Amino acid sequence: MTDKATVLPRLIEIIEPFNKKDIELNADTSFAKDLELDSLTVMDLVAEIEDEYDILLPVNMLPDLETIGDVAGAVAKIKSA
Amino acid sequence: MSDTSDMGDESVPARPDLFDKFDPLVAQYDGLIASGHRDPFHLQMDQILSPTRAVVNGKEIILVGTYNYMGMTFDPDVIEAGQKALAEFGAGTTGSRVLNGTFQGHAECEAALREFYDMEHAMVFSTGYQANLGLMSAIAGRGDYIVLDADSHASIYDGCAMGNADVVRFKHNDVADLEKRLKRIPEGAGVLVVLEGVYSMVGDIAPLKEMVAVAKAAGAMIAVDEAHAMGFFGENGRGVFEQAGVEDDVDFVVGTFSKSVGTVGGFIVSNHPKFEVLRFVARPYVYTASLPPAVVACSATSIRKLRYAYDKRIHLWEASRHLHRSLREAGFTLGTDTAQSAIIAVKMPDQETSARMWAALIDEGVYVNMVPPQATPGLHLLRCSLCADHTKEQVEEIIARFKRAAATAELPLEI
Repeated sequence: MTDKATVLPRLIEIIEPFNKKDIELNADTSFAKDLELDSLTVMDLVAEIEDEYDILLPVNMLPDLETIGDVAGAVAKIKSA
Repeated sequence: MSDTSDMGDESVPARPDLFDKFDPLVAQYDGLIASGHRDPFHLQMDQILSPTRAVVNGKEIILVGTYNYMGMTFDPDVIEAGQKALAEFGAGTTGSRVLNGTFQGHAECEAALREFYDMEHAMVFSTGYQANLGLMSAIAGRGDYIVLDADSHASIYDGCAMGNADVVRFKHNDVADLEKRLKRIPEGAGVLVVLEGVYSMVGDIAPLKEMVAVAKAAGAMIAVDEAHAMGFFGENGRGVFEQAGVEDDVDFVVGTFSKSVGTVGGFIVSNHPKFEVLRFVARPYVYTASLPPAVVACSATSIRKLRYAYDKRIHLWEASRHLHRSLREAGFTLGTDTAQSAIIAVKMPDQETSARMWAALIDEGVYVNMVPPQATPGLHLLRCSLCADHTKEQVEEIIARFKRAAATAELPLEI
């Protein structure tokens, strides 16, 4: 069973090394506004998430994934598809 | 303006200036200019003396950043063909390829491409940018996948953004990463893998033999952009895909006239039996005016000559290897270990030094490209591209001037 709630804690662990500003990470944390990730870092992070869950997160999907919670939801949806 | 202001503040909601989003970029640019350097992005060529020489501010400079790899811009046969077409067919076509904009010259140009590539179909676009836009946006629909190298050219990314396919990136030139991503694509989905022969930022080439094998094993169709390789890779100058021996496995080759061909325009060639339908569904082909008659006449003549330009190819490779070796020996840090193409990228430590070095080179009489930082995040590059018309003496001059400019710009060299 892969739902958003089970994905979230592991997802936060994966994102932690990218948390250069050392802020608290939760479902509402925004990649652009809070973590201020540049485009190259985003690509590395996306690759890590894809490898962890053995999925593809297409580039065209990324603009809709603003927060960590959005990504958790997308991962859960893809895994249960 | 006075009419709207008379209406008072209440009737007009306050909204941000749409240009505000560019403020960081404007500040970066202003900083560059304020530091007292020449503006690398607004240089004006007052005279073009040859493919390798121009006049800027009354001073002659050697051009080492034009992508004019084969020096065809001033070829006498090319010029003559263009002049004849200009006189006989007029200045422009004033129309789309699918309406009144296909002249005899466009058909001739496509025939020249079919011969050059030994392929069944050729389609000429108004720019190389539009050729990629057209292919990417038209061919992959909803539910299909486009798999591209992370360092792909903007035209490939933009074409993907225009279409409805899911877009998947793999790490630059990483065969294993490509294979991993292909395996994750659902069964039944159509797949196009997009590769480039030469990547223009640092001039490295793709391991096409391995990548094409992996893509074929996954049942994907393959497009290779040979913009920076046409004319001097492979026995017939077709590109890296010819040199790599994968001609029979590539479905589409995309190219441009604005580099080795020496004009402007773009194209796709293919053996796919249904290829011609792209003329109806590729919007960047349909909804724009076709190339002027002189341009297609110049292009067709140039393409036919490129096929047999063996001496130019040899000379271009010699010049590229010599410049690469010499700059490396002089202590410059280069983008590749060896000269993989005719592009030699010199790495700079930061934007400030990059601007200083660029200006010092102009003062010495050498033009190279200062790559805008947005194009290569995390890298500051001065990019050289060689031309088959650079003489041995010019190449020696370029090397000597690079060394003097580095001293002026206080660029640390690693010797």
